[in-house]
Amino acid sequence: MAAVITRDIIKKFGEVPAVNGISLTVPNGEFMVLLGPSGCGKTTFLRIICGLEKQTSGDLLIGGDIVNDMPPRARGVAMMFQSYGLYPHFTVRNNIAFPLKTQGVSRAEIDKKVEWASQLLGIGHLLDRRPRQLSGGERQRVALARALVREPTALLLDEPLSNLDAKLRASARLEIKQFQQRVGITTIYVTHDQVEAMGMGDRIAVIDGGRVRQVGTPTEIYDDPADRFVATFVGTPPMNIVAMNGGYIGFRPENFLPKDMINGEASTEFKFRVDRSEYLGSERIVYGAMEGFDPKQVITAKLPPAHVADEWIRPGEWHPFAVRNSVLCQFDKDGKRARRH
Amino acid sequence: MVAIADSVPKPASRFRFILDRRDVLGSLMVAPAILYVLLLVGVPFLMAVYYSVSAYTIYDPSWRFVGLANFEQIIENPVFLQTLTNTFIFTFGSQTLGLVLGKFGALVLLRPFPGRKFVRALIILPWAVPIALATVAWQWMFDSLYSVINWTLIALGFIDRSQAPNWLGNPDLAMLSVIVVNAWRFFPFAVVIFLAGITAIPQDVLDAATVDGAGFWRRNYQIIVPMILPIMAIGLIFGIVFTFTDLSIVFLMTMGGPVGATSVLGFAGFQTGIVSGDVSHGAAISLFMLPVLLVVVIFMLRFIRRREI
Repeated sequence: MAAVITRDIIKKFGEVPAVNGISLTVPNGEFMVLLGPSGCGKTTFLRIICGLEKQTSGDLLIGGDIVNDMPPRARGVAMMFQSYGLYPHFTVRNNIAFPLKTQGVSRAEIDKKVEWASQLLGIGHLLDRRPRQLSGGERQRVALARALVREPTALLLDEPLSNLDAKLRASARLEIKQFQQRVGITTIYVTHDQVEAMGMGDRIAVIDGGRVRQVGTPTEIYDDPADRFVATFVGTPPMNIVAMNGGYIGFRPENFLPKDMINGEASTEFKFRVDRSEYLGSERIVYGAMEGFDPKQVITAKLPPAHVADEWIRPGEWHPFAVRNSVLCQFDKDGKRARRH
Repeated sequence: MVAIADSVPKPASRFRFILDRRDVLGSLMVAPAILYVLLLVGVPFLMAVYYSVSAYTIYDPSWRFVGLANFEQIIENPVFLQTLTNTFIFTFGSQTLGLVLGKFGALVLLRPFPGRKFVRALIILPWAVPIALATVAWQWMFDSLYSVINWTLIALGFIDRSQAPNWLGNPDLAMLSVIVVNAWRFFPFAVVIFLAGITAIPQDVLDAATVDGAGFWRRNYQIIVPMILPIMAIGLIFGIVFTFTDLSIVFLMTMGGPVGATSVLGFAGFQTGIVSGDVSHGAAISLFMLPVLLVVVIFMLRFIRRREI
C-alpha cells in the first residue's frame, strides 16, 4: 500500500488535452473519488496512473518513487474496469490467479492467495464457474478479488457500479466502502455519480475539462463549493445560481424556504412565484421564478412535504421566501467563489 | 380533437396480408436458395455417387452398375495414393503457413500507423486478384530460367548461379511452391478472420491483462488466441474445405507435375473424369474428398460448440 501523488499531469491526444494539469495527492489508505461528467478526463487520468496511457508531461509517484516510465506490471497497482474485464475463457479460480501467474508465484502460494481472496469476498463457491455463469454482482466481486489478490500498492476503480441495477448498486456501494476500510488500501474511484462520490469518498476531487475544480471532503464539496461548476454539479436538484451585484449568489434548494420557516436568523428575502411542484413522498420539489430576476430562469425549492398543502401552491401566486445568510454562496463574475461573510 | 377509429377496418381480401405472415414470407424468401442448392449441388452430387459405382465413360455411356470396383481399382493404384498424400500435405502446409501469416498481418494492421489503409488494401489484394492472373505472375517468379526469386538470391550472394533451384521442376520444391502460392492466396482471409476476432475482444479484457502483468506473448497466447479460437476454427474450416477441393493453382502452375508430385484430388478427378473421359473413375476419385471433409467439419463444429464462450 502506498500514497499516490501526481504533479501537473498533462495528457494530450493530438492537440486536444484530455487531462490538463492535474496535481493530486492521495495519502496512504485514503478513499479518493474522482467525480466529473463524462469526457472530463477522469478515466484517462486513472489509466495514466495504472500505466495504460503515458502522460504527455508531469510526474506520477507511487509510494514515493517516480514511476513515469514503468510499465503497468511494474507499478503494482490493480485496476477494476467498468465492465470488469474478466477473462471469459478462464474459470473464476484462474481469473483470480492470473495476476499471480504473471508474476511467477509458486502454485502452492497461488492456491493459498486465491483461497484468501475468495474468502474475503465470499465467492469461494464460485471458483469453478466461468464468468458468463455469474450474475452482475458476482462478476463484480470476482473482479475485485482479482484486483486484490496480489496485494497491490493501490486500487483503481473505473465506474465499477455502472453495470449493476439500482438496487444492487446501493448495497455494492456500502460493501466496497466497508471492504476498503477493512483492507485499508489506497483507493482511487472514478465515477460520474455524485451519490457514489458523496457516499463513499473520504475525499472527492471534482474534475471538469481535464482540471481539478476542487478537492475536499464530501461536506466541503457540498457546503463550500469552490466555483459555480462544483456548486451545480453536486446536489439534486442543483444549486440555484442567480446574477446579483455584478457577481452571482447561489443557494441549495433545501435552503430556499418559505419565510415563516426561518426563525429569526439573518437571511436574504426573495419573492417566489410557484409554477409547478412535484410530490416525491419524502419531499416536495417546487419550481418557479423569483421577482426581480430573469423570469425564464427556473428556481427550485425543496420543501418538507408536510409543510405545504396542495392548495398552498397555486400557480402564479407570489410567496415570501428566504435563504439564511450563513448558507448563501457568493461567486465573483468568473464564477469563482468569493469568500463568505 | 384527434379522431380515433372505433374498429379495425376489414381487409378487402383475405389474401391481402398474406405476405405479413412469417411462415409464408419466410418460405418464399428461402425458396431460391434451397432450389439452387438442390439443383446445382444436390443433383450433381447424386449423379457423381451413381457414376462412381457404374462403368460410365464418355466412350461407353452405359449406366452399368459395377459396385465398388472403381474404388478398389483406384485404391490399388500407387499414383492415387500419392495424390491423396499430396492433398493432405498441400492442405496442411498452406493452412499452417496462411494462419501464421494471417496472425502477423492482423497484428500489423491492428495498431494505427500512417498509411494503414494503403497497407490494408495491399494485404487484401491476393484475395481480390483473379487466381489465373496471379498464378501466371507466380509462374514467372518460379520459372526455371527467369525466376525473380533465383535472380534475387544470386544477386544477394546466397546461392551460386549453377545451384539455382528449379522451383517447379524439383518434386519437393514444386510442392513447396504451390503451398506458398495457396497460402499467399489464403492469408488475406486469415487476416480478416483474425482482425474480426481480435477487435471483438472487449478492450477492458485486454487492459485488465496488461494491468495484471501480462506481457506481449502472454497476452497473445493466453488471452487473445483462446478467445478468438472459435472464429479461428470457422476460418480454418473454410480454409481446409476450399484447399482440399482446390485444383486451380495446381492446374495452372504445375499440371500436377513433375511426375505427379503436386497432383491433388481435385486435379486428379478432373484429369481422369473430364480430360480422359473416364467419368466413373473420376467420380470415385472426387468422392474420396467427402469422408475426409465430413470428418473435418464434424470435428470442428464439435470443437467450436465446446469452446463457445
